[in-house]
Amino acid sequence: MIPNSFQYHRPDSVDAAVALLTQYGDEARPLAGGHSLIPMMKLRMADVQHLVDLQAIGSLKGIAVAGGTVTIGAMTTQHELINDAALAKAVPLIREASLQIADPQVRYAGTLGGNVANGDPGNDMPGLMQCLDAVYTLSGPDGAREVAARDFYEAAYFTAREDNELLVSVRFDAPKGGYAYEKQKRKIGDYATAAAAVLIEKSGGKCTSASIAMTNLADTPVWCAAASEALVGSSLDDAAIGAAVAAMKSAIDPQEDNRGPVEFKTHVAGVVLARAISRAASRA
Amino acid sequence: MGKMHIKLTVNGKEEELLAEPRELLIHVLREELGITGPHIGCETSHCGACTVDMNGKSVKSCTVFAAQANGAEITTIEGLGNPDGLHVLQEMFKEHHGLQCGFCTPGMITRAYRFLQENPDPTEEEVRFGMSGNLCRCTGYQNIVKAILAAAAEMNAAKEAAQ
Repeated sequence: MIPNSFQYHRPDSVDAAVALLTQYGDEARPLAGGHSLIPMMKLRMADVQHLVDLQAIGSLKGIAVAGGTVTIGAMTTQHELINDAALAKAVPLIREASLQIADPQVRYAGTLGGNVANGDPGNDMPGLMQCLDAVYTLSGPDGAREVAARDFYEAAYFTAREDNELLVSVRFDAPKGGYAYEKQKRKIGDYATAAAAVLIEKSGGKCTSASIAMTNLADTPVWCAAASEALVGSSLDDAAIGAAVAAMKSAIDPQEDNRGPVEFKTHVAGVVLARAISRAASRA
Repeated sequence: MGKMHIKLTVNGKEEELLAEPRELLIHVLREELGITGPHIGCETSHCGACTVDMNGKSVKSCTVFAAQANGAEITTIEGLGNPDGLHVLQEMFKEHHGLQCGFCTPGMITRAYRFLQENPDPTEEEVRFGMSGNLCRCTGYQNIVKAILAAAAEMNAAKEAAQ
């Protein structure tokens, strides 16, 4: 499978990349790890006339953990997220989730920025970033702006990013308490049938705060405030977990596809969320 | 759109060629440079038969444009060993029947090479997880895992002997 012809650009700064995206508008696409975009180009489902490869932009790389705040450059790969000792200590949730993405070869290429900006409902990082209440920094011709992960996703492949903007970094506060990322998939390399990201804080045996986000169960990630609220104030017993699962089920909107019918996906969503809550609670 | 001037270092040898940006690395390796060890399997980034080492990372060369690889250092199975001097991984795949039809083998060994660079003394579970981007339709994986564990032991013994 050979994609249609395109012109290749390799800018060495964010400004140069934004200038190319501005010049070519919707004919241009930024290229990060390429493992979503290149298959789409090969299938000729993505029509790209100008490919803007971000690999030479050094400022898009790197992980900084400082004063409880984590900032990750958009071109940081999943392999780098998994192997960064400071990040694994500050936010082990990222490592637990990253290890469940794709396969080793793809994780060397796949980036955090590509995963969050692509807008594919199957990607794991958007839900994870909503769970963490992350903020995305976008650079455009008029400078930088910030968009919360919880406001970024509009529909499948439609996000708050404009064609002439580049997602340059992701920032969030290192969470306290327990965490879990639970994903059900048919095989390594597959997207989730259902996945749940959970953060839980406890005090004196009671849950004091919770954050729950679900992946691949609607055309955007689903950050579910009602499910989180069902846990707060409880002792995280079976009744509370059941209430959170019920609240989550009314917030998702799975569609039938080759991963199964709606009833199955809804059932799996309940199973993965219950497991994630239990594991996060045991770590809180 | 025109062809691009592309420079690659492949198995230690500098190569220069002209390619359209849309050409995939696997096609440039096989068709322009005659390096046919890496195979085209699924061509959809699932099977790993096209795995090569690029700048110290295992990549599926069906999902990398040659233009992206411009300037890169690439190692293929041809760079690891040859019939007169097999790499220890090749020896161990032979010894432990880690291949049957052989189609996935260049990708398997090239991936195993990078995996053992990063994790020289892996558990069986770590081998299975580290090799999970490569599919084999013949062996059932058991002997591939055995071969990689045996190669790790050989490489570690050789390292100790050298010290």
